[in-house]
Amino acid sequence: MAAKGWIEVSDTYCKGCELCISACPQDVMELNMSRLTPKGYHPAHTFKDGCTGCAICAVVCPDAAITVYREVTKVNTPVTA
Amino acid sequence: MTTPANNLVYERPEAFTETPTHYCPGCTHGVAHRLVAEVLEEMNITDKTIGVAPVGCAVFAYNYFDVDFVEAPHGRAPAMATGVKRVLPDRVVFTYQGDGDLASIGMGEIVHAAARGENLTVIFINNANFGMTGGQMAPTTLPGMKTSSSQNGRDVETQGYPIKVSEMLSTLEGVGYCVRRSLHDPKNIRLAKKAIRTAFETQVRGLGFSMVELLSTCPTNWGMTPVNSLKFVEEHMIPAYPLGDYKISDAIKQIKI
Repeated sequence: MAAKGWIEVSDTYCKGCELCISACPQDVMELNMSRLTPKGYHPAHTFKDGCTGCAICAVVCPDAAITVYREVTKVNTPVTA
Repeated sequence: MTTPANNLVYERPEAFTETPTHYCPGCTHGVAHRLVAEVLEEMNITDKTIGVAPVGCAVFAYNYFDVDFVEAPHGRAPAMATGVKRVLPDRVVFTYQGDGDLASIGMGEIVHAAARGENLTVIFINNANFGMTGGQMAPTTLPGMKTSSSQNGRDVETQGYPIKVSEMLSTLEGVGYCVRRSLHDPKNIRLAKKAIRTAFETQVRGLGFSMVELLSTCPTNWGMTPVNSLKFVEEHMIPAYPLGDYKISDAIKQIKI
């Protein structure tokens, strides 16, 4: 099963440049046209399920506006040889 | 939604202050800033780093990094960094310069700092124009590229050819590490981060002058959307400024990160 993740986009920093949207491998991001940030930009958000928490949006984000989380499904136990 | 700490994959680096940057939306200056901040944090050297801000778009860099900073006159960042590093040799000193600052007015300073083998790290942002003042032609502007001061495209017969700074500095003895990277896609951003890390490791080990040239975008002055300007970097800038390692001294090749 694909990993499940989610992101939080900061209204303080997001400038709606759309770089994360074009970089997202799952194509689950878009600008939220129903909201404006205090600076007057439409912030990016995820509009459907499918985020895997790969953090590529955060890698390309010029304003470090994105915090990425990934659901922990199981506790990794170290493999002993 | 619960957000336990072990769910966290990525967050804004702590080496950044809370100030939002003044850069235009989509400008890769922000990416370069973030990579430097992440590297300083990973190496745990934020409390002994001194940055030297240039004149240009990055003039307010001191507002964004949570490290000590000085502001240099136009192009003189390597000279000022030389002084800082010689007085405080245990500090990590880096300059962050654009192409208008480093390759135009500051060409003398950068060449001589490199020739002296000053133990500095230089982050060089190449976006092919003078961003802050309105997109005028810079020494790095591509042949035929239209800017606000070369409106018919840069004519190499009267305006000369672009200066390839990495290639030029790599011929100098004092340079330990000199590479060119790009910020146009996630893979290259990760490679750029590794190069910045190596450049700072070079300085920490005292292995000479280190510079990372980063091909960057200027969506506003190029008159393109941020996404299209990334394509411009890939299609036009990389052929003119090939990515690669121009000089890595043998001692630096041994560094394992």
